[in-house]
Amino acid sequence: MTVTQEPAAARAVETTDKVLSHLHPAGSWDVADHPVPGRKDEIWRFTPLKRLKELHADAPFRTSTTTCTWNTPDGVRVEGVDGAEAEALKGISGWVPNSRFAARVLAEVPSVLLVDVPADLEVAEPVMVDLAGTDADNTEAGRVALRFGAHSRAVVVLSHSGSAALAQVVEIAVGDGADVTVVSLQDWADDAVHLSHHQAKVGRDATYKHVAISFGGDLVRMDANVTYDGPGGSAELLGLYFADAGQHLEHRIFADHTAPRTKSNVVYKGALQGEDAHTVWIGNVLIRKVAEGIDTYEENRNLVLTDGCRADSVPNLEIETGEIEGAGHASATARFDDEQLFYLRSRGVSEEEARRLVVHGFFADLIRKIGVPALEERLQTTVESELERHLLELG
Amino acid sequence: MSTLEIKDLHVSVDTEDGPKEILKGVTLTINGGETHAIMGPNGSGKSTLAYSIAGHPKYTVTSGSVTLDGEDVLEMSVDERARAGLFLAMQYPVEVPGVSVSNFLRTAKTAIDGEAPKLRTWVKEVNETMQRVQMDTAFAQRNVNEGFSGGEKKRHEIVQLELLNPKVAILDETDSGLDIDALRIVSEGVNRFREQEGKGVLLITHYTRILRYIKPDHVHVFVDGRIAENGGPELADELEANGYERFTTAAV
Repeated sequence: MTVTQEPAAARAVETTDKVLSHLHPAGSWDVADHPVPGRKDEIWRFTPLKRLKELHADAPFRTSTTTCTWNTPDGVRVEGVDGAEAEALKGISGWVPNSRFAARVLAEVPSVLLVDVPADLEVAEPVMVDLAGTDADNTEAGRVALRFGAHSRAVVVLSHSGSAALAQVVEIAVGDGADVTVVSLQDWADDAVHLSHHQAKVGRDATYKHVAISFGGDLVRMDANVTYDGPGGSAELLGLYFADAGQHLEHRIFADHTAPRTKSNVVYKGALQGEDAHTVWIGNVLIRKVAEGIDTYEENRNLVLTDGCRADSVPNLEIETGEIEGAGHASATARFDDEQLFYLRSRGVSEEEARRLVVHGFFADLIRKIGVPALEERLQTTVESELERHLLELG
Repeated sequence: MSTLEIKDLHVSVDTEDGPKEILKGVTLTINGGETHAIMGPNGSGKSTLAYSIAGHPKYTVTSGSVTLDGEDVLEMSVDERARAGLFLAMQYPVEVPGVSVSNFLRTAKTAIDGEAPKLRTWVKEVNETMQRVQMDTAFAQRNVNEGFSGGEKKRHEIVQLELLNPKVAILDETDSGLDIDALRIVSEGVNRFREQEGKGVLLITHYTRILRYIKPDHVHVFVDGRIAENGGPELADELEANGYERFTTAAV
């Protein structure tokens, strides 16, 4: 990594007050500045490091065995780039890596998959990027850069499937007034390991929707962070996860209100079933001194379907200014509601169907909020098959 | 013509101090075409009777029997009971987030009939049924009972009663919390149901006012987990005039 990227990062720090917190450690481009994390580190304490195949530490980033395919709607540029262009895309989210794996990915991976949406372009068709892994033992790393020009409108779906041990950095730059949706679907095979950091910079008056959907994988840990590049930006961070026996699905969001009159709305919902199904949701919101008149709300709900599951849910709200419109959070973890099941069954609906209705209902409003019709049906089907899986196990 | 037969039914619930007997031997036969009113003071076990027949897991039947046309109801699961022809209109209908009324009704109808209703006629039937109880058809798109007022929840129960059209309907304090207009609308729905041939109704109520709209064939006074007295409609008139005092005193 060269030092030429530093000015972009320095700017982000200069325009806002520096708030040091163990929840969001200071960044550095230098890998050596990031010690290998351990269980004692607050931001890693929920993660079963042993199952990460050393991706958090010093696993070699080998030649990728993951195939990557995509469509290119008219006017959109989607391609793998390297050399100077790839170098220049580092830090487009205004971010300096704050973890060892992210710093390593940016330092060691010479190429990046770029989705470039020019200013003013409105793209009706979603850009679908499919990443299909083939080898769970092949530790590898990937970079993605999503650049949305001012006043553009687009939807990008990153879809992960198959087997891989992937460390990934996704940087997102949302231009002023743009309206974009970024979906990351983790539909991995049971043995996949995925360590991912999504970092977005939301322009003035822009609307950014980020959707994290995790069904598969032995271990998925994703940071979905957002900062604001000017006043009036709005971010909606949505998440849906369904953990089966033995799975660890961890979602960490950080809405860093770096500009006035910005909004963040966070809704993550998860279901858990089976022995040692484990989910983690960490909702960090920071309202900096400069961020007057902001509005934030974050919510995490977990539905525990069987014994033996564990759902950790931790909202953190740090407020540096009193001049805000609103700030709130909610977190709830509950079992199946017996009264709901009784009500449905008393109308003739079988127990299996009643459970299915309740789980569908639990996710329904969230799936509607995603606003990508092509994805909605697929998600309903996936929720369905996750439930089937459990019912088979019961039977 | 169906018959719901309850014989010497004993039911208990688990409490912190161990099982507590709520129903202490209830015997009652509801023949098709008959409407029975069960009236009693609070805490007498009326609702327990309703929920036990429907199969709520909170209640344990310790002895006695319940049969519908000779079939052992107590052996059936909750949903099997509904498919066999029992319906319970609940005092506190449950909210089911994210499940629309329309989806719920269609799923229930499909379960009861064993086949999906024909789409075109079904939508019309649902709309007409909702309109009859003066429920805006926009409710079909709302989540089940979510944000419904007390009266709207009860009307929604009646919509289900009419659409699912069971053999025997148990109405648990369907009149509670209703203003006079809503009470009339709900009663008309029950009357439409029982005007059909061979339908049985078990009407559980604390108050006599619903009996002005739904005329029972038999009235049973329920006190301390059993039926204290059986009679005709005149028994309701006596209760209206004198309250439950005669029966509660006798029970002590």
